[in-house]
Amino acid sequence: MNDIAAKVLEGDQRSIARLITLAENGSPLAASGMKKIHPYTGNAYVIGITGVMGSGKSTLIYELTKEYRRKGLKVGIIAIDPTSPFSGGALLGDRIRMMDLATDDGVFIRSMGTRGMLGGLTSAVYDVVEILDASGKDLVLVETVGVGQAEVDVIKIADTTLVVLVPGLGDSIQTIKAGIMEIADIYIVNKADRFGVEQAVAELESLIDIACTGKDRKTPVLTTVAKENKGIVELINEIENHKKHLKKTKMFDAKRRKRYEAELVEIIRKRLMNFIFDESTFKGKVESLIDQISKKEVDPYTAAEEILGKILK
Amino acid sequence: MYDKKELDNIKRKKVEWNKECYSQHVKNRAERKKKFNNLSSLKIENIYTPDDVAHLDYDKHLGFPGIYPFLRGIHPTMYRGRLWTMRQFSGFGSAEETNKRYKYLLEHGETGLSVAFDYPTLYGYDTDQPLSRGEFGKCGVAISSLKDMEILFNGISIDEVTTSMTINGPAAIVWAFYMANAENRGISKQSIGGTIQNDILKEYIAQKSFIFPPEPSMRLIVDTFEYGFKEVPRWNTISISGYHIREAGSTAIQELAFTLGDGLEYVRWAIKRGLKIDDFAQRLSFFFNAHNDFFEEIAKYRAARRIWSQEMRNLGAKKDRSLYMRFHTQTAGCTLTAQQPEINIARVTMQALSSILGGTQSLHTNSMDEALALPSAKAARIALRTQQVIAEESGVTDTVDPLGGSYYIEWLTDKMVEETYKYFDKVEKLGGVIPAIEKGFFQREIAESSYKYQKEIDEKERIMVGVNKYQMDEPIEIPILKMDEKGEERQINRLKKLRKNRNNSKVDRNLSNLRKAADGDKNLMPFILECVHSYATLGETCDILREVFGEYTEPAIY
Amino acid sequence: MDQKIRVLIAKPGLDGHDRGAKIVARALRDAGMEVVYTGLHQTAEMIVETAIQEDVNVIGLSLLSGAHMTLFKDVTKLLNAKGLNDVLIIGGGIIPEEDVSKLKKAGVSGVFGPGTHCEDIVRFIRKNVKK
Ligand SMILES: Nc1nc2c(ncn2[C@@H]2O[C@H](COP(=O)(O)OP(=O)(O)OP(=O)(O)O)[C@@H](O)[C@H]2O)c(=O)[nH]1
Ligand SMILES: [Mg+2]
Repeated sequence: MNDIAAKVLEGDQRSIARLITLAENGSPLAASGMKKIHPYTGNAYVIGITGVMGSGKSTLIYELTKEYRRKGLKVGIIAIDPTSPFSGGALLGDRIRMMDLATDDGVFIRSMGTRGMLGGLTSAVYDVVEILDASGKDLVLVETVGVGQAEVDVIKIADTTLVVLVPGLGDSIQTIKAGIMEIADIYIVNKADRFGVEQAVAELESLIDIACTGKDRKTPVLTTVAKENKGIVELINEIENHKKHLKKTKMFDAKRRKRYEAELVEIIRKRLMNFIFDESTFKGKVESLIDQISKKEVDPYTAAEEILGKILK
Repeated sequence: MYDKKELDNIKRKKVEWNKECYSQHVKNRAERKKKFNNLSSLKIENIYTPDDVAHLDYDKHLGFPGIYPFLRGIHPTMYRGRLWTMRQFSGFGSAEETNKRYKYLLEHGETGLSVAFDYPTLYGYDTDQPLSRGEFGKCGVAISSLKDMEILFNGISIDEVTTSMTINGPAAIVWAFYMANAENRGISKQSIGGTIQNDILKEYIAQKSFIFPPEPSMRLIVDTFEYGFKEVPRWNTISISGYHIREAGSTAIQELAFTLGDGLEYVRWAIKRGLKIDDFAQRLSFFFNAHNDFFEEIAKYRAARRIWSQEMRNLGAKKDRSLYMRFHTQTAGCTLTAQQPEINIARVTMQALSSILGGTQSLHTNSMDEALALPSAKAARIALRTQQVIAEESGVTDTVDPLGGSYYIEWLTDKMVEETYKYFDKVEKLGGVIPAIEKGFFQREIAESSYKYQKEIDEKERIMVGVNKYQMDEPIEIPILKMDEKGEERQINRLKKLRKNRNNSKVDRNLSNLRKAADGDKNLMPFILECVHSYATLGETCDILREVFGEYTEPAIY
Repeated sequence: MDQKIRVLIAKPGLDGHDRGAKIVARALRDAGMEVVYTGLHQTAEMIVETAIQEDVNVIGLSLLSGAHMTLFKDVTKLLNAKGLNDVLIIGGGIIPEEDVSKLKKAGVSGVFGPGTHCEDIVRFIRKNVKK
């Protein structure tokens, strides 16, 4: 098991895949691997892609990746789909758009279920970014679940966040109202082959004008037809511009710091929850407290304080 | 349809009967099931009376056979005049083997041919292209060039028998093979008859044998419409198909609504091109599934005729022939079981009967062994005999639309019309058929229905004899067709030889002319015919179009 | 630990009949598994690479064209060559009895024909999954 980290650093596909599984399952074995690889991380540029369901996120990732590969860069892709809250299972279908990349060993694609996390990401996503980073990927592309209401967690992990919209149906406006306005570093109006592009772009720009007054950078709006590989080169240039802007304004380091903060919080949260709900520690206590709460013998706050008191002492 | 007083009387009596008679009996013995739903999840009542069809106007909604809205049949005489065409879909292995099977079926009384192609052919690949690996002749016959088409119809009178070809993405090219073969045999294009399926919309929706994106695909199809009515007037240039939509797991209502919706979409594209509706409409034909729910299926075919004639009139069709919803039927492959396969004969009989009572123009009955492998000669013969028994022995052909006027059938027919229009509205709200495809609307609807159906079977809410009831543990004893193992090798050698012996500079010239034409907006049929005549292969011709048009990938829908 | 069974549902070959594959994919999800679906027309190389990257416990191959002898075996051969012997392989389609035993010998542990209960597939996977 010790050499799994070493093999990840060599870029071995199977070891990368294995370590991701361990991390995702919260296995204790993952921690030792993760500790070893951390010194070798920080090189990959992370791009987050979010947007409404079916807006073309996966197709865009596929086209971006092909373009990056043409430049000789290595790409890691994390594609997240929702886990069913009822069964705990998930259908992970983003790969369908990317199957041509399956046999390219400069690309690693991993599909993940949210496994109970809200916000569009999954708990292990920070680990997976580190693993792909350590394995030598120049870029890591993260596709969030496609809902577009409050899936804004992607900014915790991405250096550049792309928000994908489509023309028509007025849903562009809806999404922005829902709070996505704040998170976009670049807007993309995909499916620009469809009716209503000009209108969507105009609506967006007027909103951006209001939101960005007084700021040093105005969020750009690009149009793409991902399906036909149109607008991809321009998008890559714009991502490059944003990267330069981040470096120039020192925002880059601040962003990375935010990511580590989120990662740290997530690790602590996960460990703490596991500790509390583990059979060998408090699970029995928790169950009996819940019974007592139901019978009104104790209130939830007192119960919580009792458990936390045991841990903190 | 009824006198008001009479109707009130019936209504009253129905209430009385339900209260005093029916429910009394249910008290003594409960109904077998909590709810009686048909396969489209429509609730079926204990009885239907004139009350349920009172809103129908006989002339406007039913009419007489051969007269608008054709609900009771497109021809006045129907099977009193001529029986339906018995057309068994078949093809496997090499052109030689399939040619033998066709002759066998014709000898046994089959009246039309229907070609099943293998997967490489359906995707426009030659047998020796890499993606064809392992697929040669498996689900149909491999046709990679005009040479193969010559062998396939060798010794068969293609000026007399009509041929239906189930081919979609590369339909224009395969049709060109057929025409070129006829021409080389001295038979004019004017005198050959048949059908190409050529229905790409249902490929995106259900069957998934697509090649190009929607727009260029639609262009190719309209090209065949235009070429067809000018040059090959006896040919049905499309067979708008619900069969595969149903096989993919849709309900009968979805099959009906999506198919007719597709049909209207083709008509709109052709009109947009500038074709006159009365020129091409008579060459449109349909293809439906015959599934298990006997009455629902009959109602489906009848409803289809009414809706189609209404909608075609709305689109400006004037000639009666343009309003006909002519259709082929195939019994439902997905209802066949591998368990106790002989009982498939009983299923097929019921299904076939429903399509005949529904007024089909031609029919394929499945062979009992099709859930196991390609049909053996004996199984194929029994399937054909099943049709012959219905035609010659049962008496159902003696009068036109024998179930017309049944309260249940008329209610159900009208209900299906109503449900179809609801789907039309939904699709329109999504921006039309192609946007709805891109949004995955149809695919999601079908996935839902098929999952529900499977669950009902798993939970024994729906019974499949031999599968979830009356099971037997017995070895399967159906002789299974063995293919000639040398077939693939022979085919590959034939291709090699062909590529060496033909006039290759002519082939290159024709292919590059096709490329140029595809880039522009000329009708591609003449260019394709040129390529085919010079023995350019299917793969070569299709690759040119792939280059120009690109390829389609589907949205991910479960 | 929050271990889930991960399954790759793949359609090798050219046939487009994905009704069965999709129903199985949904049923496995409803049984709590994570199901990666690849879409149509997958080569053996694509399937095996995907299985590696997704670190799946199970590969389900679905094929209705009759090309299973060639194409299923292509996958098992490649898996062996790559040393992936802890992956459970199952197959579905119209597969005659005599081919079933040959496929089992080649490493396809479970073969499911038309009329299979989704429950049976779930049970089979739970019982036979190797890691
Ligand atoms: N017309 C048009 N369709 C596109 C374009 N880009 C993608 N699509 C289609 O939109 C559909 C959805 O694309 P995906 O890439 O799967 O979208 P997604 O946002 O990843 O979807 P989810 O992951 O399900 O939220 C597919 O059918 C694509 O072919 C485009 O530029 N124009
Ligand atoms: Mg996606």
